[in-house]
Amino acid sequence: MSLLVARGLSKRFGGLLAVAELDLTVDPGEMLGLIGPNGAGKTTVFNLFSGFLTPDAGDVDFRGRSIVGLSPHAICRLGLARTFQIVRPFPRMTVLENVRVGALVLHPRVPEALDRARDVVERVGLGARQDVAAGALTLAERKRLELARALATEPALLLLDEVMAGLNPTEIETIIQLIRGIHASGVSILLIEHNMRAVMALSQRIVVLSFGERIAEGVPAEIANHPKVIEAYLGEEYVRAAPA
Amino acid sequence: MDLTLVLQGIVSGVLFGGVYSLMAVGLTLIFGVMRVVNFAHGDMMVWGMYLAYLLATGAGVDPYLGFIVCAAVLFALGLLVQRALVDRIIDAPHEMQILLMLGVALVLENVALVAFGPEPTRVRSPLAAATVWLGPVFVDVARLVTFVVAVALTTALWGFLYRTDLGRTIRAAADNTYGALVIGADVRRVYAVAFGVGAACVGAAGALVSSILPFQPPTGLSLSVTSFNIVIIGGMGSLLGAFVGGLLVSLAESLGAVFLKPSLKELFSFSLLIVILLFRPVGLFGKRPS
Amino acid sequence: MRWAVVAALAVLLALPAVLSSYAITIFILIFFYGFLGQAWNIVGGYAGQLSLGHAAFVGVGGYTAAMLSIEKGLTPWAGMFVGALLAALLGAIIGYLGFRFGLRGFYFVLLTVAFAEVCRIAVSNIDAVGGPLGLYITFTGDPRQFQFQDGRPYYYIALALMLAATATAWAIERRRFGVYLAAIREDEAAAEALGVNAFKYKMLAMVVSSFLTGLGGTFYAFYLFSLQPNTLFGIPLSVEIIIRPIVGGAGTLLGPILGSFILTPLGELSRLYLGQGGLPGAHLIAYGVLLVAVVLFLPEGAYPRLRRLLARRGGR
Repeated sequence: MSLLVARGLSKRFGGLLAVAELDLTVDPGEMLGLIGPNGAGKTTVFNLFSGFLTPDAGDVDFRGRSIVGLSPHAICRLGLARTFQIVRPFPRMTVLENVRVGALVLHPRVPEALDRARDVVERVGLGARQDVAAGALTLAERKRLELARALATEPALLLLDEVMAGLNPTEIETIIQLIRGIHASGVSILLIEHNMRAVMALSQRIVVLSFGERIAEGVPAEIANHPKVIEAYLGEEYVRAAPA
Repeated sequence: MDLTLVLQGIVSGVLFGGVYSLMAVGLTLIFGVMRVVNFAHGDMMVWGMYLAYLLATGAGVDPYLGFIVCAAVLFALGLLVQRALVDRIIDAPHEMQILLMLGVALVLENVALVAFGPEPTRVRSPLAAATVWLGPVFVDVARLVTFVVAVALTTALWGFLYRTDLGRTIRAAADNTYGALVIGADVRRVYAVAFGVGAACVGAAGALVSSILPFQPPTGLSLSVTSFNIVIIGGMGSLLGAFVGGLLVSLAESLGAVFLKPSLKELFSFSLLIVILLFRPVGLFGKRPS
Repeated sequence: MRWAVVAALAVLLALPAVLSSYAITIFILIFFYGFLGQAWNIVGGYAGQLSLGHAAFVGVGGYTAAMLSIEKGLTPWAGMFVGALLAALLGAIIGYLGFRFGLRGFYFVLLTVAFAEVCRIAVSNIDAVGGPLGLYITFTGDPRQFQFQDGRPYYYIALALMLAATATAWAIERRRFGVYLAAIREDEAAAEALGVNAFKYKMLAMVVSSFLTGLGGTFYAFYLFSLQPNTLFGIPLSVEIIIRPIVGGAGTLLGPILGSFILTPLGELSRLYLGQGGLPGAHLIAYGVLLVAVVLFLPEGAYPRLRRLLARRGGR
C-alpha cells in the first residue's frame, strides 16, 4: 500500500490555479524529489499535504486514510511531518527545548521527551550546541534544527522544503549525508529542492511540476534529459539544443 | 414608528458620519503604513476637543477656525510619539506595540483627567444653536458645517496622498515597505509623517465635534472603539473603506439611538465590535495585518 | 534558589505578628494583585494571548458570590467556586470565539476589551444586581461568611491565593502543557506542524486563568464590602491586573510576584501623597509611563533581567 496518495488535487487562489489536478504517490521507504521552476506550486502542495491549506478538489490519503480537512497537528500525529522553506525555530528556546516540542508527540512526559530530544540532537550533529538559544544559531544550524524538530515526531513521511537553500557547498554535503541517514533509518522522504545536484544525488524518483501540473516523472537520469522539463526551466528553444 | 424621526436619524447619522470618516481615515492611514494599531487614537481625539475648548475659552477662537491649530498640535504630537516611541519598536512583536500604545493612551487620558477634571464639557459655538430646515427634518448648522469641513479635509488628504510626491511615497511604503526602501524613500520620515497626519486627522475631528458632543477624558476609549469598529468594517488600511465605514457606522448608531435606550448605545457599539471581529477581520476593502 | 523561596515563605508567614495593621493592608494588596497577575500570566504570559479584559472575570466572580450571599445566604466560601466557574464559562466563550475565529494579537485584545465592556454596561443597567451604584455587603464579621474583624485572616487567604496560582503556573510550566504554550507563544504555526493542538491548549489556558481570576473576584467583594460595575469590570482594573506581570516578567513564574512587590507599595504611596480623592487617575499616568518604559527598555520584564544579573555576579 502506498504511503501517501494524492488524486486530482487542486487549489485555487482567487484567479490563480496554483495546483491543477495533481496525482502523486509516495511509496513506503521512498525518497521522492519534487522539482519545478519558481511558482510551480511545490510549497502549495506541501501546505495541502500538511494541513495548512485545504484543497478545492481532490483527495489526499495518508497510510490509507483521508487527511483532507485535518488540522496540521492531527496530520503530524498521524506520522506526516514537514519543515518550512523559511525556517521557523522557536527563537527564545534552546536547541534542545525546540526539539523537545517535537518529541512530546510520542513521549508526552517531559523527562522522556528531553531524553529522546537529546538523541535526535546528537544525530543531526547539534549536540555541542544543544543549550544555545535557537535565535543565536547560524543558518546551517537552524536548518539542522528544523530537521531535528520534525524528526523528533518520529514521522513515517517527512516533507523537506528546500532544505539546501542558502547553504554553502560544504554545508550542503553535510545535509545530504544527514538526509541519506534519515532515509536509511526507514523514514520516507518527499523533498522540494532547487539544488539539482542534491536532488539528482538523493532522489530515487523525481516528479516535475510546472504551473501546478505534473509534467514529468521518472528516475533522475530520465528527468535530466526530458524535453518538457528542459522547456519548463529554460524555455522551448533550449529543447532543440539539448543533447538527445 | 414616526417616519420623521427616522428621517431625522438618517440625516443626523450621515452628517456626523463625516467626522467618523475623518477619524477612521486617520487610524487606517497609520495602520496601513506602519501596521501599528493606534490604541491612543480616541484619546488623541479627546485632546483635540480639549485644545479646541482651551482655544475657545482662552482666546475666543471658534472651533470651526481653531480646528486648524488643533490639527497642527496633534500632528506634532503624532510625530513625537512616532519618532520617540513607535519607531523603536517597529519590528517588535505585536503585543509590545499594543502595550506601548496602551501606555500612551493611559498617559493621555489621565493627564486630561488631572488637567481638566472628570466632568463633561462642551464648547460653546454660535453655530451650535442655529438650526436650518431641510424639508421635513431640521439640521444643526453646526453638524452641517462639521460635515462639510470633515469631507473637505478628507478630500484634501486624498489629494495629498494621490497627487503629491510625499503622499505617493507614503502610499508606496504602505503597499511595500521593502520596495519603498529600494527606491530610496526615507521610510522613517514617511512613518513619522503618516503618524502625524493620522493624529492631525483626529485633532481636527475632535475640534469639529467639540461643540456638538459633550466630552470627558473617558470618552477617549469609546471613540477608539468606534474607530476600530469603522476601520475593521471598512478594511484595515483602506482609505475608501474608512470613509465609507465611517458613514455606515454613524448611520447605524444614529438609527440605533432612534430605536434604543441611549445608555445602551455603547453596548451596541461594543457588541457590534464583537460581531465584526468574528466575521470581518479583513473588512470590505482591507489588507491583512502582517 | 529553593532555599531562598522557603526562607521568603517563612518570613511572609511570620510577618503579621510584627506588622502594623496598615502594613498588613499593603501586603494583602501585594498578595491579591500578585494572585490576579499570576492568574493572568497563565494565558497572557505563558500562552502569549494578551487579554485586556480580565477584569470581567473578577466582576463575574465577585458579583456571583455577592448575589448568592445576599439573595440566598450562600456562604462565600462556596459562592467563590460558583463565581469562579461562571468566570471560567465566560473565559471559555471568549476563548472559543477568539481562537476558533482565528483572532490574534490586536484583534484578540479588542475582543477581550469588548466583552469586558459589554459586561460592565450590562451589569450597570440591570437594577437587580445593583445597577450603576452596585452592591453593598453588610459587615457582620462572621468568618463563615468570609468576613473577618481583623486584617490577619485576609492576609493569609490572599497569600494562599497567590501561592495557589503560582503553584498552578509552576505545575503547568514543567509539563507538556507549559511547553506547548511556550511553543504557541513563539510561533503558533510551527507548533501546529509539530503536533501541538494550539486551539485546545489556548482554550485550557484561558479557562484556568479565568477560573482563578474569578476566585479573586470573591475576595475583592468580601474584602472591600462593595462592588461597582465600573470598578469591577472596568479597564483600570484590567490594567492593574496586567501591569504587574508585565513589569515583573510575563511568562515567568516569579514575574507577577516581583512586579506586585515593586508596584503595589509604589501605587499605595502615590495614592497617599497624590490621592485622598484629590487626583484620581494620577497613578494611571504613572502606569502608562511605566508600560512605555518597560516596552522600550525592559521588554522581558524585571525578573529575567534580575536573574541574569545575579547569574553574572555568581560568576557563572
